[in-house]
Amino acid sequence: MSITIQNISKTFGSFQALNNVSLEVPSGGLTALLGPSGSGKTTLLRIVAGLESADAGTGGKILFDGLPVTDNPVNRRQVGFVFQHYALFRHLTVFENIAFGLRVKPRAERLSRDAIRERVTELLKLVQLEQLAQRFPAQLSGGQRQRIALARALAIQPKVLLLDEPFGALDAQVRAELRRWLRHLHDTIHVTSIFVTHDQEEALEVADSIVVMNKGGIEQVGAPNEVFQNPATEFVMKFLGDVNVFHGRIHNDAPVFTDELKDANGVRLLVRPHDLTVQLYPGTGISLPAQVYRVLTAGPLVKIELLNSQNNLVQVHIPHDVYQAMPVKPGQQVYLVPKESRLYGNGNERIEYVI
Amino acid sequence: MKLKLKETSALPGFGLSLGYTVFYLSLIVLVPLSALVFRSSELGFSGFFETIRHPRVLASFQVTFLSAFKAALVSVVFGVTVAWFLVRGRFPLKRLVDALVDLPFALPTAVSGIALTALFAPNSTMGGALAGLGVKVAFTPTGITVAMIFIGLPFVIRSVQPALADLNTELEEAALSLGASRFQTLWRVVLPLLAPPILSGFTLAFSRALGEYGSVVFIAGNMPMKTEVASLLIITKLEQFDYAGATAIAVALLSLSLLAILLINLIQTRATRYLGNA
Repeated sequence: MSITIQNISKTFGSFQALNNVSLEVPSGGLTALLGPSGSGKTTLLRIVAGLESADAGTGGKILFDGLPVTDNPVNRRQVGFVFQHYALFRHLTVFENIAFGLRVKPRAERLSRDAIRERVTELLKLVQLEQLAQRFPAQLSGGQRQRIALARALAIQPKVLLLDEPFGALDAQVRAELRRWLRHLHDTIHVTSIFVTHDQEEALEVADSIVVMNKGGIEQVGAPNEVFQNPATEFVMKFLGDVNVFHGRIHNDAPVFTDELKDANGVRLLVRPHDLTVQLYPGTGISLPAQVYRVLTAGPLVKIELLNSQNNLVQVHIPHDVYQAMPVKPGQQVYLVPKESRLYGNGNERIEYVI
Repeated sequence: MKLKLKETSALPGFGLSLGYTVFYLSLIVLVPLSALVFRSSELGFSGFFETIRHPRVLASFQVTFLSAFKAALVSVVFGVTVAWFLVRGRFPLKRLVDALVDLPFALPTAVSGIALTALFAPNSTMGGALAGLGVKVAFTPTGITVAMIFIGLPFVIRSVQPALADLNTELEEAALSLGASRFQTLWRVVLPLLAPPILSGFTLAFSRALGEYGSVVFIAGNMPMKTEVASLLIITKLEQFDYAGATAIAVALLSLSLLAILLINLIQTRATRYLGNA
């Protein structure tokens, strides 16, 4: 079931949480809403669910498969919603939590007791927690609770599945495991899903499509590879991973990196730590002088911290074998050459150029 | 069995605090209660049972317990509603309304008794209007119940209010997203989660009503066999210098209340078994 979001705006008091947002979510996909806190991603998800209503009089609409659902309250929208803090009913067993959505249906639509038991058992099997059916939520771990919350949301056979920071409250290891499990689960059931996250790694690893949000608007929509390799704006580039920023200006149609920070023709060169190489002598293209400050060799990559001519910290990540071939010491003067980089002007937009 | 605090307790001085606890519990609770039992034992077994099995005494027990039970039930219904309104509602002068809730706590019981009697007496405006409808409140068991509701209501409100404030609205949203109606959400999610504070509010209102004297005596009319509460009967016996008889009734009242409260606690333990100590 596809989801169409049209011209949605939302203000809380004087704070504009969403500013005229439109988005098309294709049927069967797993889409991530990625952004920092306050970017409006959770508000957008809650409006899709019907837990929050968009500002009236701005013509905002939500459509499922082309049919407007804007006026349907949450209990008639048939969406599965998973909360960050699980929101399990702590007075009910795991079994009764999952059965809840089936038991509250009007008598005419309600399944028989046996059919409900069968369906709940099926869902418990799907989330691999059959043995916990008679436990109470207080007796489960965080990861188990979130899987039960997911099973409960799936019990009503939702048209769409909405997850609000589903792994936000879990520790790193459980997170990584549940992330893979969610991807696998989605590949099995193919329900159109949107999940909210502020963790770029999670979005890049799990989603089919990423919607990067900032300050109540959408910055870029695209496949993980697309947003990572071709960030449309400086914000997207910065949000999707560590970056080094070099300030400079355009001189004779070529970027020059000097000490001037703010300039009418000011540009910023954004380079990821793994896209910089360290050289002992300046090269022919852009090469930026820097002094080695610290070298960290523990870890999968060698991390070199340097100070550039503007006395800003620059990070470089290089493989161990490359470092072994040419080790550097703190205090040493070197030159940094970007392999892959992006140039942004004073606006947020990207400037095309060839090194 | 060796008595001690939990290994990880931050508070020192187990011996001192144990002694302190036992000393004050004895001084304030156990010694007076044992004096009560001791004094009533003067009557001997047959005398004791003769006193408490007197029809007038039995009738007073019935009136007291029935009225207290009804009052506690009504207090629960209205108390939960008021607490809900105070926690979730947004209206002007909310803090003032919140403060007014405590008024029955602060008011001398005799004052509330006179106020209620003046309000419901057949010759007053409201009492007269009610009498016109065929409802008699003052000088009937209904009047006793009304007085008990007046003093019991704040107990329920103050027990439920903090629990309701802590109740995560996400739980209600979760229930709604699963297709539940507003009523189903209330009945299947909110009320079961509020059951423990509702029960303790009920217990407090009930036990306070059992022993209530000041606010009840004026509106009750105190007709023997009909509208005489147990605490009044104790005073009556005292006025007749029948100290042993008074303590006998007191001991019976005490045992019955204890039994009732134990029963409610048992229900409460069952209602909270989901907290993980199943």
